[in-house]
Amino acid sequence: MFAGRHIISTREFSKDEIDHILKVAERLEPYALGKEKARLLAGRLFAMLFFEPSTRTRLSFEAAAKRLGGSTIGFSSTESTSAAKGESLADTVRVLSGYADALIIRHPREGAARFAARHSRVPVINAGDGAGHHPTQTLLDLYTLRKECGLEGVRIALVGDLKYGRTVHSLAYALALYEAEMFMVSPPQLRMPGHIITDLVQMGVHVHESQSLQEVMGEVDAIYLTRIQRERFPDPTEYQRVAGSYRLTASMLQHASPRTIVMHPLPRVDEIAPDVDSTPHARYFEQSSYGVPVRMALLCLLTGVIE
Amino acid sequence: MSGAVHELKVKRIESGTVIDHIPPGQALNVLKILGIGGGSDAVVSMVMNVESCKGPGRKDIVKIENRELAPSELDQIALIAPDATVNIIRDYTVVEKHKVVLPKMAVGVLRCANPNCISNTSEPIASEFVVESTHPVVVRCVYCERKLSGNLADHLL
Ligand SMILES: [Zn+2]
Repeated sequence: MFAGRHIISTREFSKDEIDHILKVAERLEPYALGKEKARLLAGRLFAMLFFEPSTRTRLSFEAAAKRLGGSTIGFSSTESTSAAKGESLADTVRVLSGYADALIIRHPREGAARFAARHSRVPVINAGDGAGHHPTQTLLDLYTLRKECGLEGVRIALVGDLKYGRTVHSLAYALALYEAEMFMVSPPQLRMPGHIITDLVQMGVHVHESQSLQEVMGEVDAIYLTRIQRERFPDPTEYQRVAGSYRLTASMLQHASPRTIVMHPLPRVDEIAPDVDSTPHARYFEQSSYGVPVRMALLCLLTGVIE
Repeated sequence: MSGAVHELKVKRIESGTVIDHIPPGQALNVLKILGIGGGSDAVVSMVMNVESCKGPGRKDIVKIENRELAPSELDQIALIAPDATVNIIRDYTVVEKHKVVLPKMAVGVLRCANPNCISNTSEPIASEFVVESTHPVVVRCVYCERKLSGNLADHLL
């Protein structure tokens, strides 16, 4: 079902397909944690084309490949590559797809991964293209919800920059497949775009909009915080005021159900106070570690090692 | 009014293609999409801002002599002239008449409005849009997924 396919956007996958990826990831979790050893990807070579640095994503893919006996080649910035000499992305992809079993691409331009897929002889995994898609992040977010609080019908607060944060857009569309109830919590200038809300409602999602995290705290199974970027605010004091009001602290969580989990794609800046880390709600480090089994699952499925 | 007069103008070419019911002011953009410009040797005439015989408002008409354009070439003009009709003329007679049909894809015609889109780079890439709706015309970039709507003539390459 997956061998030879590209992973560009989670919106191209059905719920069954996503479920399958998540189930395979679950089977591989002991290998991701190093509790069990296997060489499922022995002899497989993955090329990492990171046209902009993203250390965490790259290391997570490398861990996924190497834990299963696979190898990686590639670059983590364009400075030392032929792209710096003016080579096109198309040519770089044509050349490297002759070396490797799959390409993992991170690029500053939206649509770069889809373009790369057209020139590649092997599967392409989009590891983030500009403000575009980052499907492995969405999959690991879904995996976290599935493991930590249940995915079907989850009641989730999406908090922070819902306007520009494409990661949170992809996640919202994916969650719609699972009949999630969504609480969109953002400052007025960073609200979820209207066309996305319309799409979600048409997909049958119950959408609530709010400006107050406190207000929805007691209503949800999961709180998904995102970073509010300083660049979005021309006025630094306005940024301070807005960002401050969406900062989660341990005392705020006293109003949450003891089972409510807190997620964040990391890196965090000020969105979550350090005192949340030691509460039973924190799941963002687990979430980050789940990137490895999810990426293992994709590497195994695309290469046909697992059906 | 001048229904008969412009009817006459339309019929005046001996053979070729007449594109009628183009929104006023879009005749030049129609030629641009068809790739008929200064460099081509086609004999082209235009009628701009004439009253439409089909009802209120005005329209443009484009006549291309001695060339019968194929529907596949013409359908892209539906992006900016969704109600255009095409008349194929032979020996002063209309031998074929049809409306343009908006294609499912628009390739190499429009520029994506997203400056950070991979299609707006020096990569060997043709812009590519999926037509999502026809009235009004809404298209979506296959690369960055940004939508274009409204006056698509503003986004011609
Ligand atoms: Zn685009």
